[in-house]
Amino acid sequence: MNALLSVEGVDVHHGDLQALHGLDLTLDEGETLAVIGANGAGKTTLLRTIAGSLRATRGEVRLDGDPIGSTPAHVRVARGIALTPEGRRIFPSLTVEENLLVGGYRGRKGPWDLRSVYELFPLVHGRRTRAGAHLSGGEQQATAIGRALMANPRLLLLDEVSLGLAPVVVKEIYAALPQVVARGTTVLVVEQDLNQALGVADRVQCLLEGRTVLEGPAATISREDVTAAYFGLQE
Amino acid sequence: MDWLNAVIQGLLLGGQYALLACGLSLIFGVMRIVNLAHGVIAVAAAYVALWLVQDGSVPLLLALVVVVPVFAAAGYALQRGLFNPALGGGELAPLLVSFGLGIVLTNVLQQVFSADSRSIGIGSLGTSSVPLAPDLSVGVFSLLTFVVGVGVIAAVQLFLSRTSTGRAMRATSDDPETAQLMGIDQRHLYGVATAIAIGTVALAGVFVGMSTQFSPTYGDLVLIFAFEAVIVGGLGSLWGTLLGGLVLGVAQTVGAQVDPAYGILAGHLVFLAVLLVRPSGLMPRTVTA
Ligand SMILES: Nc1ncnc2c1ncn2[C@@H]1O[C@H](COP(=O)(O)OP(=O)(O)O)[C@@H](O)[C@H]1O
Ligand SMILES: [Mg+2]
Repeated sequence: MNALLSVEGVDVHHGDLQALHGLDLTLDEGETLAVIGANGAGKTTLLRTIAGSLRATRGEVRLDGDPIGSTPAHVRVARGIALTPEGRRIFPSLTVEENLLVGGYRGRKGPWDLRSVYELFPLVHGRRTRAGAHLSGGEQQATAIGRALMANPRLLLLDEVSLGLAPVVVKEIYAALPQVVARGTTVLVVEQDLNQALGVADRVQCLLEGRTVLEGPAATISREDVTAAYFGLQE
Repeated sequence: MDWLNAVIQGLLLGGQYALLACGLSLIFGVMRIVNLAHGVIAVAAAYVALWLVQDGSVPLLLALVVVVPVFAAAGYALQRGLFNPALGGGELAPLLVSFGLGIVLTNVLQQVFSADSRSIGIGSLGTSSVPLAPDLSVGVFSLLTFVVGVGVIAAVQLFLSRTSTGRAMRATSDDPETAQLMGIDQRHLYGVATAIAIGTVALAGVFVGMSTQFSPTYGDLVLIFAFEAVIVGGLGSLWGTLLGGLVLGVAQTVGAQVDPAYGILAGHLVFLAVLLVRPSGLMPRTVTA
């Protein structure tokens, strides 16, 4: 059986700067993977390459074994890939509800619609008529996740969920993730907060300067190894 | 009564300006392109309608029904074929492309239709009027143009605020890259926006052709008035464009009431004053990206 997602030997450049060096990653259906790493490790670049905002200069991205490296981002959404981007990127002039509806613009059929997203995030429901520009960070993040869910993705990519949010808000948002996974969505979460990452994921992959330096099941991996890999310390 | 009359005529004229400016405003609002070919496209539509009516013996109303969708389709092709590729070339590229297109179109019109002034005859519709009060009456055709102008702006605004495609356009205007992550095909969506814009300016052009004499270079004046309406109203807001058109129309007729030679100048002065005092226009978008 093919993995849901496989990233094979991918190089990605930003101009002259190479951000990913022959990176590999596989993700089976139903699995939750946390990608961790310091600032500038290449995590956002990796997610944007999977979602189609960036193109690999070498290597291939496959969904169900089919190469999608040259498929435009908007088509990948219809194929089942949704990204909650770093910085949330809520559409400022649209209301919260309009943001969610745009998320479902070309999505697949499935369990997620306005009602189920509002049930998942009551805090979003309370803000549904408010303009995106006037949301707190936590409201933005919950709206951004809801917006991605509206496409009923098979693979949900979450970039820096907890960045800049108060701990209670982070807890509330992470508390919703098991319900997402329970409805059959495979989740790839990028996170700088190690505890959150290890708490939510089945498996952890740690990046350093565009390469994988550590990979393993979240339950058995030792915090010392993760910390060492994270900062690039040699044994 | 003369002044009141001038204001009312100005408002009606403003409806025509708003109709002319609607497409310019939409294209700028959605993709930040200033389409310098806007005016000559309006004039081209007037020529095509005139040709259908005179040489093809097509009834005027039918000519309108044909011209608008044909121009809308051409707008879609224009976006996909010229503007979309230009958008990849930086801020200035689409401006230059539209400038070039305007020049080419003007020359084509001169070749095909000559530089003579023409107008589309509308018979008694052009001269009949309805009395509003003793000493005060408005032309039926001006009133019709006004109603069409307001109606078109309201319809496009409704489309933007209520439909799924309209929502996608606003999202793309806010943040094109994130919009693509929502499954929005930007190139197609821009094509649809330009189709609507060119369809409405074609309609506007035929109305201009019915109300006044035009020649291939008349598009320059159309572009200036449309541009002034958009700027006075505030970039990126269609209701603002309507308001801008009305302000411009009233400025021109009230100015002409002072001295017939000052009409158009008064419009330009109001435009400059707004630029100086409120550069973002009278009704700018309340939430900016
Ligand atoms: N748009 C960009 N232009 C130029 N360089 C970039 C851009 N985005 C990221 N980079 C560079 O690529 C590297 C990886 O960045 P990124 O993927 O954002 O890392 P992370 O998300 O792990 O913090 C960094 O060196 C960063 O400076
Ligand atoms: Mg990042």
